[in-house]
Amino acid sequence: MMVDLSAIAAALPYLLQGLWFTVQITLVGVTGGIVFGSLIAVARLSPNRLISMPATAYVNLMRSIPLILVIFWVFFLVPWAIGWLTRSGRPVAVGASLTIFVTFVLFEAAYYAEIVRAGFRSISPGQYSACDALGLSKFHAYIYILFPQAIRNVLPILLTQTIVLFQDTSLVYVISATDLLGAATKIAQRDGRLVEMYLTVGIIYFVLCYAASQLVKELQGRFAYGGR
Amino acid sequence: MSLLFEPTPDGAGRYLDWIFSGLGWTLSLALGAWAIALVVGTLVGVARTLPDGILPGMGRAYVEVFRNIPLLVQMFFWYFILPELLPVGLGMAIKQMDPPWGSFVPALICLGLFTAARIAEQVRAGLQALPRGQIQAASALGFGRAGMYRLILLPQAFRIILPTLTNEFMTIFKNTSVALTIGLVELTATAREINENTFRTFEAFGVVTIVYLAIALIAWQVMHRIERAMQLPSMASGSARP
Repeated sequence: MMVDLSAIAAALPYLLQGLWFTVQITLVGVTGGIVFGSLIAVARLSPNRLISMPATAYVNLMRSIPLILVIFWVFFLVPWAIGWLTRSGRPVAVGASLTIFVTFVLFEAAYYAEIVRAGFRSISPGQYSACDALGLSKFHAYIYILFPQAIRNVLPILLTQTIVLFQDTSLVYVISATDLLGAATKIAQRDGRLVEMYLTVGIIYFVLCYAASQLVKELQGRFAYGGR
Repeated sequence: MSLLFEPTPDGAGRYLDWIFSGLGWTLSLALGAWAIALVVGTLVGVARTLPDGILPGMGRAYVEVFRNIPLLVQMFFWYFILPELLPVGLGMAIKQMDPPWGSFVPALICLGLFTAARIAEQVRAGLQALPRGQIQAASALGFGRAGMYRLILLPQAFRIILPTLTNEFMTIFKNTSVALTIGLVELTATAREINENTFRTFEAFGVVTIVYLAIALIAWQVMHRIERAMQLPSMASGSARP
């Protein structure tokens, strides 16, 4: 078997387009996931069980089922949900991109929530008492005092989870989206170049993820508090 | 949930039978891959902690390659590319395996070796968490390297990493769903097939979601019991150290 390099060169622009979509999913997933995940984490720490229990249930549910199943759920549910919200009475067709963005925010939020919660638990209880003593409202205490410390303590884990998220985006293949792997698949099937295309994307994923994980390792040393 | 008891379009049974078949494939893939992952992962993890030779470097290369490429891409490698890279006769033999074995075997190898890389990292962390005195004491007692790992270091390391292994064990059941992309009709693919046949989305996906929840709960229970059974008196929380 011969690997045809010219086929790879010809496919590169399309692959880069796919990679851009992969990056977009990752960015939306990280931003939305951390924001929504932090809200869930705060909710889980609430003394009010009416708030903490649904949050716990959500995290456990999302962490028990495969991402592919969540992609299918959202793929079928979002049209219904939009139809219901707009009172049009029937499902509204939505693009694959919206489905994918919603899926990754919902799914990754559960994982980020656990990480942020671990961050909150790593802060010494004195910080919570000090916020009370200073008369800070709950909102201000979280925004200015607790959240920045929590995030800092778990930053390496947050970044590692983001590399996992970047790899997980390849699963949008199941609804035929054109991310990096999707783009490679489409060319592979059109030209009969399975070996070249899949090896190329494998190498692209490897280089990006390896570089990112080395960077995280580097940061891990630098971000630790001096005194610890 | 009446859907489960309705006959399937092929007339051979009920949709419930499809669910059981999908569950069977999910469980056999997960447990088979777990066995491979434990063996390979332990070997690679041990290799990474050896003091000299080329094995630590090879172990690191293994872990980096298998951790930094998405599972789905690895799945395609074992399914589409490996038969092309092998000698023609062997490649053809793999491609002509009867379904579902043609999908199951590549998926088994893929998931096993993928999970092995993650277990290797945990085994390494467990071994490195042991005090150096353990190695020195074992050497002083006349243990060779193999005996030292088998009888002294690994039994302690595994007890340390059991909680993280629990996490990994629960993950492997979810990761089996990736095998649907190479044609294995496991649980998630079953849900999709039932939906395509009946258009009863909520029931089809609802049932399978509940089955996954049950699997996660049982897997957690099993690991929790193993954790309790393996615990040494000196490691139990709250007990006084001798």
